[in-house]
Amino acid sequence: MLVLPLVVVFVFSFGERGPAGGYVPAFTFDNFLNLGTRWAAFKNTLVLAPVGTLACLLIAYPLAYFLAIRAGDRWKTLLLILVIVPFWTSILIRSYAWIFLLGGQGLPALLDSLGLGNPRLINTPFAVLVGIVYGYLPLMVFPIYVSLERLDKRLLEASSDLGCPPARTFLNVTLPLSMAGVATGCMLVFILLMGEFLIPAMLGGGKVFFVGNALVDLFLQSRNWAFGSAVAVALVLVMLVTVTAYMRATRRWAGGRDDVSLM
Amino acid sequence: MTDRNDTISREMFIAELMRYRKGSVTRRHFLGVTGLGLATTVLGSAVPGLRGAAWAQADIGDRVVLASWPNYHDPANFEAFQTATGAAVDLSVFGSNEEMLAKLQAGGSGWDVFVPTNYTISTYVAEDLIEALDLSRIPNYDLASFDPRFAEPGTVDGVVYAVSRNWGTTGYAVNTAQTGGKKLTSWKEFWDITRAEFSGRTMVHDYQLTTIGNALKYFGYSFNSIDPKELADAEKLLLEVKPHLFAINSDYQPSMRSGDAWMTMCWTGDGKQLHRDIPEIEYVLGSEGGELWSDFLAIPKGAPHLDAAYALINYLLDPAVNVKEVLFHGYPVADKRVDALLPPEILNDPIMYPAADLLSPLEFGAAVTLTDPGRAELMARFKSA
Repeated sequence: MLVLPLVVVFVFSFGERGPAGGYVPAFTFDNFLNLGTRWAAFKNTLVLAPVGTLACLLIAYPLAYFLAIRAGDRWKTLLLILVIVPFWTSILIRSYAWIFLLGGQGLPALLDSLGLGNPRLINTPFAVLVGIVYGYLPLMVFPIYVSLERLDKRLLEASSDLGCPPARTFLNVTLPLSMAGVATGCMLVFILLMGEFLIPAMLGGGKVFFVGNALVDLFLQSRNWAFGSAVAVALVLVMLVTVTAYMRATRRWAGGRDDVSLM
Repeated sequence: MTDRNDTISREMFIAELMRYRKGSVTRRHFLGVTGLGLATTVLGSAVPGLRGAAWAQADIGDRVVLASWPNYHDPANFEAFQTATGAAVDLSVFGSNEEMLAKLQAGGSGWDVFVPTNYTISTYVAEDLIEALDLSRIPNYDLASFDPRFAEPGTVDGVVYAVSRNWGTTGYAVNTAQTGGKKLTSWKEFWDITRAEFSGRTMVHDYQLTTIGNALKYFGYSFNSIDPKELADAEKLLLEVKPHLFAINSDYQPSMRSGDAWMTMCWTGDGKQLHRDIPEIEYVLGSEGGELWSDFLAIPKGAPHLDAAYALINYLLDPAVNVKEVLFHGYPVADKRVDALLPPEILNDPIMYPAADLLSPLEFGAAVTLTDPGRAELMARFKSA
């Protein structure tokens, strides 16, 4: 049941577009030879997915650290709820709010009134990045939060008792011990981002295009299921390569420690 | 769950009324819990004048699913339809006919009524995706009162598959406050100013027919061309223009209203709505030509609520209802009975009824553009560039 859709997509990718769209059986490599026409979409995805993951990480880590180690119980509950609550409504609705915030009457107008220029934000890669960070932050915060929460606080005390300054304690104790959460969060966000289409469609205005958007177009507009399937197969292959490389890199970096569980 | 047949105490009724007045419950909830909804329905069917309306007669279920276009229906009409029939209208809007066709081809759309444009209907018939209409169930459809130019594409090989809803043109809306008083008149100016003073401020439709068609007009080609050489010229123009666009989106009113966009490809009714609220936004028909179109009401094969589908189509064709639709959406209709009810300032409106010399170069979309692989792939390449 899990692989059946993938098999269908694989078979379709060697077919042809029907006269009115859809799919007719055939055996051709034309769809794969045509992949170059979607290079820009692949490039955008392969740039913005890692950058988005990194941006999520840079914001999520301090937040998770504060939640797990610094915050008092009452604050902790409140902040955790604040992180979760946006998840209760659809990303579609929340993206509409960002369309307004990043549109000409939102942040740019505010910056303008402060004399800081009137930059174009909406329908730019920056807007898409903001949407990505906003939408995926909880997925990054929670794995890191859990790994920091489980961290034995006595280790931190021991480190400081032995005369280690806080910054070095963080770098030598806290950070390595939370790497499992970081690796899981990054993997989760990166994989989902590679298939993202809603955020670029809403905040990119058709100008910041992901592979996911190319797929939506091929299936829902130009109705070329065969070529769409070939693009999907290519995306799966790209993911396979990048994810494998990522797992190898983290494993080597972790020096074979078994507390870095990836999936 | 509240049993609607239960009687409600006076205190409860007042409490519910206050909640409704404060806006904390919907009208539907209010009518439901108080039993007023049921009472209205019963009364409605008992009053002879109302009973005569065919759409209010039988039990048609509690909902009808409509696939249509943005800014195209008066919500008050749907509320009245629900009050009269008990069926809520579940509306979804689309950006292009291609998107509608793709949903129907994939199967399981769940739609009861959809709103196809003239050039698509023959393909829907060929693909066996559209229901032949039983006109005896649409008594409000009076063929004689419709302008045949706009109503005829609904009939294929002598069978009526779709009834005329309204017609319109595809031009562009431009915020003249940003042109320094200069009037734009052509598609050539549209594409040229986009690459100059209006860089970052122009929107085009997410729709192959109009976006490619109006790019073809820049070179003086037919709006419907599928000639590979002419399409290559259009593609070159579109790729050159793309970095200068604000967005590619068929729902352009919000961006025009907020001032983010200064110019957009635009359909008659959107032009009318924008101009009504923001007078400096003007509607322009390109002097080279462009699109003249008519939209239809039709039922897809396998519609889950067939009775409700017929009831909704018949309701929307009731001239008294349709006139309210026109006042809302600002598109002209092909129905003389509706024109008779419209105020003269609407009938003389230059956006809705353009002068003959502007209308004459316009072309109806051609069926071949809907399925032509060259146009479909050009649009997809343009978007992913």
